[in-house]
Amino acid sequence: MAGPDRDRLSWYEASARQRLDALLDPGSFTEALGPEERRMSPHLPLFDLPRAFDDGIVVGTGQLNGKPVYIAAQEGRFMGGAFGEVHGGKLVGLLRAAVEGKPAAVLILLDTGGVRLQEANAGETAIAETMRAIAEVRAAGVPVVGLIGGRAGCFGGGGLIAGTCSRLAVSEGGRISVSGPEVIETNKGAEEFDSKDRALVWRTMGGKHRRLIGGADAFCDDTVSSFRTAALTLIADAPAFDLATLDAEQARLRKRIERFGECRDGTEVWAKLGVNDPDAVPAMDTRVFDETVARVEEAVHDAR
Amino acid sequence: MESLTFRHTTTKPLAGSKLQAITGVVASGNLEILLERVLPPDAVEIAIATPIAGYGQVWEAVVADFVARAQPGGVRISINDGGARPDTVALRLLQGARLMEA
Repeated sequence: MAGPDRDRLSWYEASARQRLDALLDPGSFTEALGPEERRMSPHLPLFDLPRAFDDGIVVGTGQLNGKPVYIAAQEGRFMGGAFGEVHGGKLVGLLRAAVEGKPAAVLILLDTGGVRLQEANAGETAIAETMRAIAEVRAAGVPVVGLIGGRAGCFGGGGLIAGTCSRLAVSEGGRISVSGPEVIETNKGAEEFDSKDRALVWRTMGGKHRRLIGGADAFCDDTVSSFRTAALTLIADAPAFDLATLDAEQARLRKRIERFGECRDGTEVWAKLGVNDPDAVPAMDTRVFDETVARVEEAVHDAR
Repeated sequence: MESLTFRHTTTKPLAGSKLQAITGVVASGNLEILLERVLPPDAVEIAIATPIAGYGQVWEAVVADFVARAQPGGVRISINDGGARPDTVALRLLQGARLMEA
């Protein structure tokens, strides 16, 4: 039987397991702590909430273009892909194993709203442990690449984790931020941020915006094959994890807040970046958008 | 949460040799189904965990219909329900059986 059709499978629509199967070389995936082990949340029954056999994350090892990789895929449709105790423990365990196993890369298919509120202490701890573990994996010389294009986007602690990866690929449907639209509106009011204005959400947190300001390093079509191509490129291109890289990252972020800190909308940022027609960005297809990115200095950097 | 378990006898084992399959996601109106070939070839067990209480008779009917159609002998089926409608449950069960036949 032929493998899954990765050219046609929509990343946004696919489940975590479908993404993972289509992304890797066919038949190469070996799952750790699979659903048959029933490592489910010990907390959700207290709230009378249903559990998932894999607690919403699939972890294991496989091959990408013949090279060994460790991989984790969050299921954004189960509790918004949120981090609970078991969910987080599986990701941290995978990362710590990668320090020993030294694969060619670790891929994290992020699809998360952040921490699962029903087990928030464990979830917050998992976020912190994940960031620490990513630093250790990178220090061991293994690139960690985040792939973001799912229904839940990448928010809360997931946004922090994304910031610690070596490289990020994002699609139009992907969004990356820490505080999500509804959180900002709840705390600061609709005048500050109208979460129902979907175009505004995408202009300020969406894949194109993140790519233009260098927050993400590749922009993908919404297909598994596009993410696979991006992952291979980004693994080859991952920066060293040394003091020079971290100094460059600090300088990049400082310059970014100086240049764009007063901007009220993505379009204002894009205008300052030198994009000729900022209003045209949301409607651009991938080819035209990539040409635009190529003319923006900030989109390509050695930092992270 | 309500837990339901149904046991049936089948006239034949489920075709194929795949030992395990999983399909679906625990989300609103959806469910996940884990199938494991671990029982005697004429036995099937279906265990359900659902947050929607009081629908035991509907589950019983959907499961009985599935067993009659698919004859999934030898398979233990475990379900985490997210509030799926009976038609969705029936389709997922048949999808799971098909995955095991591959």
